[in-house]
Amino acid sequence: MSRQQLDARRMLCPMPVIKTQNQVAAMQVGDEVEVICTDPGALNDIPAWARINGHSVIDTVQDEDEIRITVRVGA
Amino acid sequence: MTKQHKAVALISGGLDSMLAVRVLQEQGIEVEGINFYTGFCVEGHTHAIRNHDKEKQKRNNALWVAEQLGIKLHIVDVIEEYKDVLLNPKHGYGANMNPCLDCKIFMVGKAVEWVKEHHKDGFDFIVTGEVIGQRPMSQRKFTMPIISEESGADDLLLRPLCAKNLPETKPEREGWVDREKLYDFHGRNRKPQIALAKQFGLHDFASPAGGCCFLTDKSYSDKLVDLWQARNSREYELDDIMLLKVGRHIRPSEEFKLIIARDAGESKFLEGYRKQYTSLHALSHSGPMALVDGELKQEQYPLAAAIVARFGKGRSAEEVEIDIATPDQQRQQIKTAPLTADEVLQEWYV
Repeated sequence: MSRQQLDARRMLCPMPVIKTQNQVAAMQVGDEVEVICTDPGALNDIPAWARINGHSVIDTVQDEDEIRITVRVGA
Repeated sequence: MTKQHKAVALISGGLDSMLAVRVLQEQGIEVEGINFYTGFCVEGHTHAIRNHDKEKQKRNNALWVAEQLGIKLHIVDVIEEYKDVLLNPKHGYGANMNPCLDCKIFMVGKAVEWVKEHHKDGFDFIVTGEVIGQRPMSQRKFTMPIISEESGADDLLLRPLCAKNLPETKPEREGWVDREKLYDFHGRNRKPQIALAKQFGLHDFASPAGGCCFLTDKSYSDKLVDLWQARNSREYELDDIMLLKVGRHIRPSEEFKLIIARDAGESKFLEGYRKQYTSLHALSHSGPMALVDGELKQEQYPLAAAIVARFGKGRSAEEVEIDIATPDQQRQQIKTAPLTADEVLQEWYV
């Protein structure tokens, strides 16, 4: 199992979703990717994208400037 | 065993594509969605950069629609490829800078490529929510065959909402779908779609009045044309077209334009560009963040500062101190009287 990071800061949605989608496509089931973003839209869009594509959001951390969303790759 | 045919549907996030998929799902067809991001797409939370829009639902409508339908959605970045569609539209522009017909041909063509790549997974045909007469440029009786032909989709492009007004496609001819259970919608009247949505139990859906693209918006198109004229080039990058969505755009000179935030939300957004653009903000009073697009010469600093001072809390003060920072953070402070409202000329507003 690998854990990767994805820098999507300053990108506006749907770019953080697209970057996450493309990174996940190259990962294995059970791998995790932590997406760092600044667009609050990602708080809604990345979980929605994960739900419809069979992945899961396992952690969300939000501070004043950044949002970190960890996605675990599903089957 | 009969092969299970699958379709890929162009999902914009609006009602029509949502219904088109739902109609096929009623026939037991498995559908996945595809959504193309051109950089000009209108997203609910693009507007939410501004303070007063913060309460608006920050959802991506295409993702939301996919979730309602229970289908997978593939979002594809076509920003680079789309430049050629915008800059060289074979079929021309609509009322503004919207190349709707070329755009549709391009997107269906991308879906054709996707189907070819995924044919081994059972994907055979393409679905759109197009309705004859729904849109003045791209959705007309004579444009339907043009889209099918020039995209390369030919008779593998099915429009479930108006299929009965069109020649049979392969999915209908081969019995993959039942033509009798498709529809004959036409014209701009939305009542049949609303009724069908109700029949399917769909009560919450986006109905974008100006379509789903900023290029249909006059104010946005004017800013884009101004940018091209000022640069003497129609090249653009994603940051350029994102910044056209934000702030007041004031061009007091051919050489530069000021992008001035309209509220704290936009100021915060523009702050993210301070390492790429010269920026201005007031030190002595609260006020907006402003970026300079173009070349701001030293002799133009006082004018730029006086304009930015006009839009802050110090607009009535005798003097406002403005900080000007270049992308490499060389800073200079200028004390200036703010321009009056009349001194910010109407023709400067882009």
